[in-house]
Amino acid sequence: MITLENVCKSYGADGPLAVDDVSLTINEGEIIGLIGESGCGKTTTLKMINRLEEPTSGSIIVNGKDVREQDPVELRRGIGYVFQGIGLFPHYSIGRNVSAVPELLGWPAEEARERAEEVLTLVGLAPDEYRDRRPTELSGGQQQRVGVARALAARPELLLMDEPFGALDPITRGELQDEFLRIQRSLNLTVIMVTHDMTEALLMADRIAVMKSGRILQFGTPKELLRSPAHEFVQQMIQLPKKRADSLEKLMGDAEV
Amino acid sequence: MSGALYEQLILMPDYFRGHLLLTIAAMSGSIAISIPLGIWAAQSPRVKQPLLAVVSIVQTFPSLAILALMVALLGGKIGFLPAFLALTMYSMLPIVRNTVTGLESIPPDIVEAARGIGMTSRQILLKVRLPLALPIIIAGIRTAMVWTVGLATLSTLVGATSFGNYIFTGIQTRNLLAITVGSLASALMAVTLDAIIGGIQWLAENDETTATKQKVKLTKRLLSGATLALVAITVVTFLPKPKPDFIIGSKAFTEQYILAGLLAETLTQAGFRVEKRTGLGSDIAFDATRTGNIDLYMEYSGTLWANHMDKEGNPGREAIREQTMAYVDEQGMVSVGPSGFQNLYAFAMRRDRAEELGIKTIEDLVPVASQLVCGGDLEFFGRPEWIRVRDLYSLDFDKKLTFDAALMYNAVNDRQVDLITAYSTDGRVAAYDLVIIEDPRNALLPYDGLYLASQKAANTPGFLEAMAPLVNGIPDEVMREANKVVDVDGRSISEAVDVLLEHIAGENAD
Repeated sequence: MITLENVCKSYGADGPLAVDDVSLTINEGEIIGLIGESGCGKTTTLKMINRLEEPTSGSIIVNGKDVREQDPVELRRGIGYVFQGIGLFPHYSIGRNVSAVPELLGWPAEEARERAEEVLTLVGLAPDEYRDRRPTELSGGQQQRVGVARALAARPELLLMDEPFGALDPITRGELQDEFLRIQRSLNLTVIMVTHDMTEALLMADRIAVMKSGRILQFGTPKELLRSPAHEFVQQMIQLPKKRADSLEKLMGDAEV
Repeated sequence: MSGALYEQLILMPDYFRGHLLLTIAAMSGSIAISIPLGIWAAQSPRVKQPLLAVVSIVQTFPSLAILALMVALLGGKIGFLPAFLALTMYSMLPIVRNTVTGLESIPPDIVEAARGIGMTSRQILLKVRLPLALPIIIAGIRTAMVWTVGLATLSTLVGATSFGNYIFTGIQTRNLLAITVGSLASALMAVTLDAIIGGIQWLAENDETTATKQKVKLTKRLLSGATLALVAITVVTFLPKPKPDFIIGSKAFTEQYILAGLLAETLTQAGFRVEKRTGLGSDIAFDATRTGNIDLYMEYSGTLWANHMDKEGNPGREAIREQTMAYVDEQGMVSVGPSGFQNLYAFAMRRDRAEELGIKTIEDLVPVASQLVCGGDLEFFGRPEWIRVRDLYSLDFDKKLTFDAALMYNAVNDRQVDLITAYSTDGRVAAYDLVIIEDPRNALLPYDGLYLASQKAANTPGFLEAMAPLVNGIPDEVMREANKVVDVDGRSISEAVDVLLEHIAGENAD
């Protein structure tokens, strides 16, 4: 279980609050969507969980302990992270990118290599074909699969994802989303995923936190959000996917006639 | 092989080793300092600006000035150390700058990913930032390497052996072959070292997954071949190298090269082992002898009088000779004695031009001087004597141009200048039929050649005895003849040395 309690973050002593009194309780095996417009504080919230950013006040409990009492390097090695810009190391082969965290944790080389092959297979990349290639030789979708494989390599229980599918074309995105859900269920991962795509959040997340100006406006299941949006902004956010679904349905009806 | 080329090539092992060791030492020093500095600067903006400013300013200093400053800072020490320090400083800029640029050019999302997966700052630097910046850093090292190989030629002027010995001797003695050999050797070394680093870089970035096996193999072979060749040549140059008994210095013009050859030959015949450091700057030769870095060279009484003793008057040839010899002894050196000739500054003009203007003495120059262009060597117009000429005769020229001594004579002969500050023993005065303009007011100083020796040399048994035939052994006309052999006839230094040796042998036989 991961708990955020009254977490605030401001840059500079008197700066405005980027994250304003955020509290969340996340259960094991849940996928949480953090959604909002750019600058709403969703990525900052995510980064405070593995101490890429430090909260100004409040507390964050991971592994039963306040993160500020944990060594940031050890903490990060224990949490999987999928980056917005993918962030593969261009001078490492795919295999070495994937086994980067096991290597940092000091696993024996053979074990790290085997694990890399395992997770590459898990994300749908044949190890024999991809292990020795460089990131630049891969398509965007393949690179992000490697990004997910890297995050999973050291068997973390918690995965932080920052707009993981944002830069992909719609077909690849859909495929990867489905595959990711399969992997998440099979490993019982706890996932916190930042996104600005409400459809993605509605389809993937167990619960969604809608953020605006650093505050959480509503935190609930997709159904709760759709049925009873607590705020005008939440209403707006779910309007767009709803409208699209409606027009699609209409179009399909017309086509059948 | 032609004799002239052979004469140059036998000098190659020494020059090659000097040049290579100097370059490699300076580059190693520079890399060892510059990369950590660059890393520091890339982490801290407060360090970056001042650091880049300082290394850039060092770069804007003329390289020759840095070399001279190093000698001064080291208390007159010449040879490898000042050249090494100057070249190290000089080659820092491209490496520091490229290290900073390289580290700053790493995409921030890659650095964040490294941090996010749990690398420490040190691991981020060593595993991610430095490897990714490496191509840019190596490009900086290659730039610095090519510069350093080129600049190392200048270190000859502070007494470090390099291919510059070919070039400076060649320029001063108008030996085109020596200049060509030195330049080609230096260029070849630059290209080879650059290719070696380029090969290392290629191997670091490519392996059998990104290039063909043959190409990787070939690069590895070429690389180890070139490295092995350099090492082998260097080792060979080290083999038979007994320590010399005396080191003989010379300044950078023909007469000095010939004298160094004469001194070396004389001492060798007396059974000593000698080594030459030719082509030194004027002050450097003096300081080096005082500190014992050089054991013997020939200095001129006028130079000692005006430059080292800061005297202004002209009490006459004898008085100046006596006083400067006494001064040399006071400075902890030993004045072995005068050479017999004096090589003084004298204004000289083409005969036809002098007749046209009706000029015999400096006094005749006064009314027309404002329309004349005078050429001088690199020192003359900065020397106290020029001030004395100017003030005693109330004389100034329309233009004063400075030339390398060897080119100055061509300039007057080709009528590019009206007159020059010639040297009285220069063979080209007679060869170009120049007229020496008389100096009735004794504004110009006498320049007796004096042999200056280190204390250690003078105390070595047999040294003074070996030198004895040389004291007062060379009259003006013999020296002029020897200079002419090189400067006018285009023959080698060793042939000019033979002219002097023959004369001295003839005198002693009588």
